[in-house]
Amino acid sequence: MNKKLYSLSAHELDESLKNNAIKSEDICSALESRIKELDPKVNAYLKRPKEPLSGDAFVSTGIPVAIKDNICTKGFYTQCCSRILEGFIPPYDATVIKKIKESGHSCLKFKTNMDEFAFGSSTENSFSGPTRNPWNLSCVPGGSSGGSAAAVASDEAIWALGSDTGGSIRQPASFCGVVGLKPTYGRVSRFGLIAFASSLDQIGPITKDIYDSALLMNIISGYDPNDSTSINLPVPNYTKALGKDVKGFKVGIPKEYFVEGLDPEVKASVEEAINSLRKLGVDFKEVSLRHTEYAVPVYYIIATAEASSNLARFDGVQYGFRSKDVNLIDMYKKTRGEGFGEEAKRRIILGTFALSHGYYDAYYLRALKVRTLIKEDFDSLFKEFDCILTPTAPTAAFKVGEKVNDPLKMYLSDIYTISANLAGIPGISLPCGLTKHGMPIGLQILARHFEEEKIFSLAYAFEQNTEWHKLKPKLT
Amino acid sequence: MIDKKIVEYVANLARIELKEKEADVLSTQLGDILGFIDKLKEVNVDKVSPTSHAISLSNVLREDSPKESLPVNSVLSNAPLKRGNFFLVPKVIE
Repeated sequence: MNKKLYSLSAHELDESLKNNAIKSEDICSALESRIKELDPKVNAYLKRPKEPLSGDAFVSTGIPVAIKDNICTKGFYTQCCSRILEGFIPPYDATVIKKIKESGHSCLKFKTNMDEFAFGSSTENSFSGPTRNPWNLSCVPGGSSGGSAAAVASDEAIWALGSDTGGSIRQPASFCGVVGLKPTYGRVSRFGLIAFASSLDQIGPITKDIYDSALLMNIISGYDPNDSTSINLPVPNYTKALGKDVKGFKVGIPKEYFVEGLDPEVKASVEEAINSLRKLGVDFKEVSLRHTEYAVPVYYIIATAEASSNLARFDGVQYGFRSKDVNLIDMYKKTRGEGFGEEAKRRIILGTFALSHGYYDAYYLRALKVRTLIKEDFDSLFKEFDCILTPTAPTAAFKVGEKVNDPLKMYLSDIYTISANLAGIPGISLPCGLTKHGMPIGLQILARHFEEEKIFSLAYAFEQNTEWHKLKPKLT
Repeated sequence: MIDKKIVEYVANLARIELKEKEADVLSTQLGDILGFIDKLKEVNVDKVSPTSHAISLSNVLREDSPKESLPVNSVLSNAPLKRGNFFLVPKVIE
């Protein structure tokens, strides 16, 4: 029995824990041997330091959560998979980590792999090498939370946390056939999340099913005085939204998401999903999100501008890597030139350019205005509709190395997820099919600010009437 | 639109030292990306106000009351160079 604990969901394990049928240590040791067996192939986790660290990060209680390497864990390495943060051990826990511990659960002793500073859509930009997709090791797991998604998909984790700035939870969830939720901006505290783009970042759960997603949201949501952008609204019990009748739900299908560039197999799977929901009484209507084509260009101005400012703190003085020079300014420049990877430098320079004198109005200010139009498109649709349904990504997982030399092509793999971050609305990706090559396809459901419950009701109804979430990759 | 000279100028603003080859590759790549971003010029934004946060908040205030801070040694423990209770940097004045 113990051998297969890793394959269970958190709510199944929770029941066994409550019945005293198993102990938390049993789950941990099952996961550890699973990781030992599979992670040399998948590379979902960062290598453990040789010497164990002191501190309370090692206490195992409840069901351990796998944590992305950009979320601060007290006493345990948090390096954003970047050379510039090499060796950084946070002196405090992120609020989400505190909440996980307070709920009786704990964090896994491993951090999950990611694109450096969450800059990427494939988990290839990591100082620890690329993570592989458990469904096909020659494919990427998506990114930037590719380590968390691959760990959950390969049963190397029961559940995990990721962060989503432009799709970094939902797109890897889609590529790895698991469930990933980006909550409403402000629903989950960002305190202790190493910032990429502060107006877009949100932490969220990556899980094996919808129930676990709701459970983890119950734990991590809520107002935090340490994050002035977190919103002081009561947190509902999200599991109560599961099993709710979705008959009469009004769902919009934006036509701009079904145009050239969408893989026919992905399109067919999403259409099939629409048909199964229709049978449950959901009302679908074609709608328009007029400014969809501008979301990617808006994002790559706003996100890089915010990143260039946030990453100014990495200068070799307070933490991480420092290069040698006798002059302070040259020390900064060498430290940042040597410590940041290629994509990080590309984004910092693009963002600095967009904010620089002479270009600010043409790029940054214009992008903020188009962001308003994108947000207004959603606002007006949500007056009439409960949810919006789309594919999560235009294709299934692509090959390792396929897009790495063409940043623009890489950026376009987030084309369906970015708008939700710009508008601040919640979105989920859940499995809805497989390609003929056996790669997972993801379905995205979006809702109005703070209406995660509607997403959960609809997603759960779909999940309970299909078998996609039960499929597992054949890794061994 | 963006050439090697601008890339080097901006890299200096961002305090990033680039190798010769990096600056070449970046000017081509950023040229492509900015070419794509120029799409935004099609949009009429004359009467549109900018959105810097999706959920608008203003003046989030709190009481100015002292709270416990992190212990100095735990904060300094990550410093590449330190002396006493200070971060150590190269000399900035003659």
